[in-house]
Amino acid sequence: MSLFEKIGGEDAVNAAVDVFYRKVLSDDLISHFFETVDMDKQMAKQKAFLTMAFGGPHNYTGQDMREGHKHLDLKEEHFQAVAGHLQSTLQDLGVAPDLIDEVMAIAASTHDDVLNL
Amino acid sequence: MPTLKFSDKSYSLNDSETILDGLLRQGESAPHSCKTGVCQTCLMQVVEGEVPPEAQKGLKETLQSQGYFLACQWSPSEDTSVKLPGLEDTAISASISEIRSLCHNVNLLRVTPEEGFSCVPGQYLTLVNSDGVARSYSVANLSHQDSYIDLHIRTIPGGVFSNWVNEKACVGDQVHLRGPAGDCFYIAKEGKDTPLLLAGTGTGLAPLYGIILDALSQDHTGPISLFHGALKEEDLYFVEALQELDQTTSNFSYFPCVLNGEEGAFYTCGDIQEIVLTALPEDKKELRIYLCGGPDFVNSMKKKTFLAGAASQNIYSDAFVVRSSE
Ligand code: HEM
Repeated sequence: MSLFEKIGGEDAVNAAVDVFYRKVLSDDLISHFFETVDMDKQMAKQKAFLTMAFGGPHNYTGQDMREGHKHLDLKEEHFQAVAGHLQSTLQDLGVAPDLIDEVMAIAASTHDDVLNL
Repeated sequence: MPTLKFSDKSYSLNDSETILDGLLRQGESAPHSCKTGVCQTCLMQVVEGEVPPEAQKGLKETLQSQGYFLACQWSPSEDTSVKLPGLEDTAISASISEIRSLCHNVNLLRVTPEEGFSCVPGQYLTLVNSDGVARSYSVANLSHQDSYIDLHIRTIPGGVFSNWVNEKACVGDQVHLRGPAGDCFYIAKEGKDTPLLLAGTGTGLAPLYGIILDALSQDHTGPISLFHGALKEEDLYFVEALQELDQTTSNFSYFPCVLNGEEGAFYTCGDIQEIVLTALPEDKKELRIYLCGGPDFVNSMKKKTFLAGAASQNIYSDAFVVRSSE
């Protein structure tokens, strides 16, 4: 079974997205990046993020991640904040620690692209 | 090989090719990003064809019921016609059948379409007057049962369209309708016993009133609470009708809120945002929230009710944009 299937696939993404987005919007350090006018569109992007982090099917390349985040001028602290919320979301949902480690490894692998390093 | 119609042009689709891939391959530009059915950037609407359920995964029920789908998730085996979401271009003629003042700055405009115009209460349509000026307004009656459509027009000082309604428009005049659009409406499929909370400012009452009539006509049994916010008492309208509905309908409650009001009146004094947030039920899992009115109110309340625990999928909204040319 793939990581994505072990976590619970699309249902897990749907369960996680509200929890994760609530944490992000409540965090003053990063909330302004996500406060676009259209919350529905933003929710869909959050799902894309979670699907990717959960090892699910996606077509994003490292180059896409670089291009997609470049204009935000993100710093290390922003990356750590998002990673932290990802981790605590998975803990809230009772995901097994070894699976959480795998998700965090996927997130970490995008670090240099997301921060345009 | 199935044929695909898109923006008045025909394209061919290869075996098991998705609509998005087919369009991109043939040089058409179509919005897209993840190509895996998650980011919803490639949202389209079917014109002709049978949308498979997997192409509607993750979309709100109100979008699904209107044939919205994700172009990266549908590989048609039959000829299909699709379009980008947006208002219909074709306009339908209608005539004005009533103009009535609802309060000092809102008029009710009743229009009767000359041919079939199907819209759901809570959706909005674009009204084009005889001078060619167009504005969007929400459907405030059971338009699918009545033969007419009720719209609430707020008078905007110096507003071209609202002044036309106030001063020039007459019963019998011809106008044109385009649309409808919007996904802020009642859908029984999501459960008839769930609590509904509706909050709006000004003529945000129009879609909310339509949604309430629709829910009640479909025998919604869950509690329905309406919060209507106004700056001053005289900005409230439909007060008597709503008070009567409150008294005659066991599951409907009406809460008028006035920012600059007087204590002890029939309404609650204060900021509608705070009043609604303190009135949210303990259990917010099933709660469906409808928010209509100015963009500041709607966007702020979307975020606040979501952070308070409402599920993002259950928040429906329609933010009115006032044209700067008005
Ligand atoms: C932890 C690693 C990260 C991954 C794997 C990731 C992944 C993604 C993905 C897949 C999208 C959707 C792209 C699309 O299809 O439109 C996205 C969008 C976005 N990401 Fe990230 N992201 C990461 C970190 C961050 C951080 C640290 C921030 C800011 C604090 C951030 C802010 C955003 C924003 C604002 C968007 C939406 C851009 C838009 O609206 O077009 N991301 N991200």
